[in-house]
Amino acid sequence: MSNDTLIKIEKIDGRGCVVRGDDVDTDRIIPARFMKEVTFDTMGEHAFEDARKDAKGEHPLDQERFKGSSILVVGQNFGCGSSREHAPQALMRFGFQAFIGGSFAEIFFGNCTALGLPCVTLSPEDLSAVMDAVELDPEQNVEIDVQSSKVRCRAGEFEAGIPAGTRKMLLEGSWDATRVLLEAGDQIEQTAAALPYVQLPA
Amino acid sequence: MSNAPKSLFQKVWDAHTVRELPSGQTQLFIGTHLIHEVTSPQAFAMIRELGVPVRFPNRTFATVDHIIPTDDQSRPFSDELAEAMMTEIERNCRDHGIQFFGPESGAQGIVHVIGPELGLTQPGMTIACGDSHTATHGAFGAIAFGIGTSQVRDLLATQTMAMAPLKVRRIEVTGELKPGVFAKDVILAIIRELGVNGGVGYAYEYAGEVFDRMTMEERMTVCNMAIEGGARCGYVNPDQTTIEYLRGRRFSPSEDEFEAKAAEWLALASDEGCHYDDVVTIDGSKIEPSVTWGIHPGHNLGVSEAIPGPSEVPDDDRAGVEEALEYMDFSAGANISGIPIDVAFIGSCTNGRISDLREAAKVARTGKVKDGVRALVVPGSVAVQKQAEEEGLPAIFTAAGFQWREPGCSMCLAMNPDKLQGREVCASSSNRNFKGRQGSPSGRTLLMSPAMVAAAAIAGEVVDVRKVATED
Ligand code: SF4
Repeated sequence: MSNDTLIKIEKIDGRGCVVRGDDVDTDRIIPARFMKEVTFDTMGEHAFEDARKDAKGEHPLDQERFKGSSILVVGQNFGCGSSREHAPQALMRFGFQAFIGGSFAEIFFGNCTALGLPCVTLSPEDLSAVMDAVELDPEQNVEIDVQSSKVRCRAGEFEAGIPAGTRKMLLEGSWDATRVLLEAGDQIEQTAAALPYVQLPA
Repeated sequence: MSNAPKSLFQKVWDAHTVRELPSGQTQLFIGTHLIHEVTSPQAFAMIRELGVPVRFPNRTFATVDHIIPTDDQSRPFSDELAEAMMTEIERNCRDHGIQFFGPESGAQGIVHVIGPELGLTQPGMTIACGDSHTATHGAFGAIAFGIGTSQVRDLLATQTMAMAPLKVRRIEVTGELKPGVFAKDVILAIIRELGVNGGVGYAYEYAGEVFDRMTMEERMTVCNMAIEGGARCGYVNPDQTTIEYLRGRRFSPSEDEFEAKAAEWLALASDEGCHYDDVVTIDGSKIEPSVTWGIHPGHNLGVSEAIPGPSEVPDDDRAGVEEALEYMDFSAGANISGIPIDVAFIGSCTNGRISDLREAAKVARTGKVKDGVRALVVPGSVAVQKQAEEEGLPAIFTAAGFQWREPGCSMCLAMNPDKLQGREVCASSSNRNFKGRQGSPSGRTLLMSPAMVAAAAIAGEVVDVRKVATED
């Protein structure tokens, strides 16, 4: 395998969409009943389905003003609950390419990184400023600068939290973990051979 | 090699480290990869696209649990999507030479129930599964992670995954549990104490007299819900209880090797004086039978307590409490006991093992399921089902008006036909009470121990199981 398919993610920009509320769990992002699929192809259609039905067309994902947005702005502990990758898949297939939030649940964060979807955090004050700004003027451009760890929009430039390792992976294109892991080659078999319980086929 | 004392977590982590990655994460070898029908098909599709084989097919084991019906399991399943997922996992296992514990194998069941049962789960292993409750296997002193589908792909392709090391928090539960208090209550109390995010970045080491006395099944119940407390994994150090459980299991070391292995396992326990990033002590004698009242497992209280209001919780939790009260349609200050229920569910990878069914049956013997309550008992595996049949438990349940079902995940997340309807309230022995978790977008879940669920089924409302007179 060559390196030419490594995709480096340095900057993401586009219009924002705001989903307020903390502890939004993966069951809400993609209700389990839609996971009965052998591919992720249809996941986008069901993103936030129950919440959207409840909101009767008023859910941010259905609001005309947020149509075509690519950056989702969320609250604290977004994506908590299950390990299902269906959640980031659903949001990605709906059209989001990155997330700005107060904090993210760990597995959700990891799943997103593995798909090349940056999740960056802001302090509560900055987050609320960005949320307000985007809601006030959804047409504006929101920019996530992975290189310099900044979020920019009309409300200003904000210091964004992104763990050093994740940042590096995005910038180098090594978020595609399988490719990186395969590079270990025989070292994998060597580690296995030293374990008391793994018998390697002769 | 330094001789500094190490925690079990550290020992297992070090032994499985392939290398440090440029990202600073560790490339970790996974000894046992468990797969099921919901999170694996996409991963197989991805490795097909990449053109790489399954690296260690002999260290990958499959079952079917989430979508399997628990009434009629004959093929094809009436639900076409379920049938498609089943066909897909059968095909993937066949194509890649992976052992599949389907219904015909006699070993099918919920992935976290069958791993230990078969002896696939052993001390000192790393285990991973595309399912968030994989921490269950930590009961054996294994380090077990729930992972996403892209990591399932990584494991199929390399048997390794990239992970950042975790901190270790030792949680000691001291003293003695009161009668009527079960492992489920212990984990709910831990989550209540430390919060649903308290474990983020941590592996939990559960210890103390309460854990020393627990059976393996009880330890599994606690480790199972490590994720509900935010921890990436949870474990109990291996001891004589662990060893006796593993003796003679299908994938356990053979008789000649067993004693030597057992000695190695015992030596894996955390060393005296090893470093912990945090230590928390909880008095086990103060734990009450617990019930959730809200929309995450941290929203739980002792059965004799009243539902809290927004003013009684820290600022950070206030909005969550308001939202929970509104969703559940409960009033702050009302007693949790006495809340009427519509459905009772006994099962899941948290509490669908034989000891859980025995405790529930003791309660079921004392009465009849209240009119209008739908009560299901779903064994966690074929082995649990058979054992229960040998002990005559199904007859006790059905005589009391419970439905006795085939093994699977069932109403834990309702990907099969077992679902709540509308606003139904379900007393459930499962692990998650999120909005819509049990199949109805507006359904309501109250988590509790299997004995408490059985008691609620009979009373038609939440009751304190200690007030139910069971024999023994
Ligand atoms: S019983 Fe519930 S939690 Fe356990 S594996 Fe099945 S669906 Fe997941």
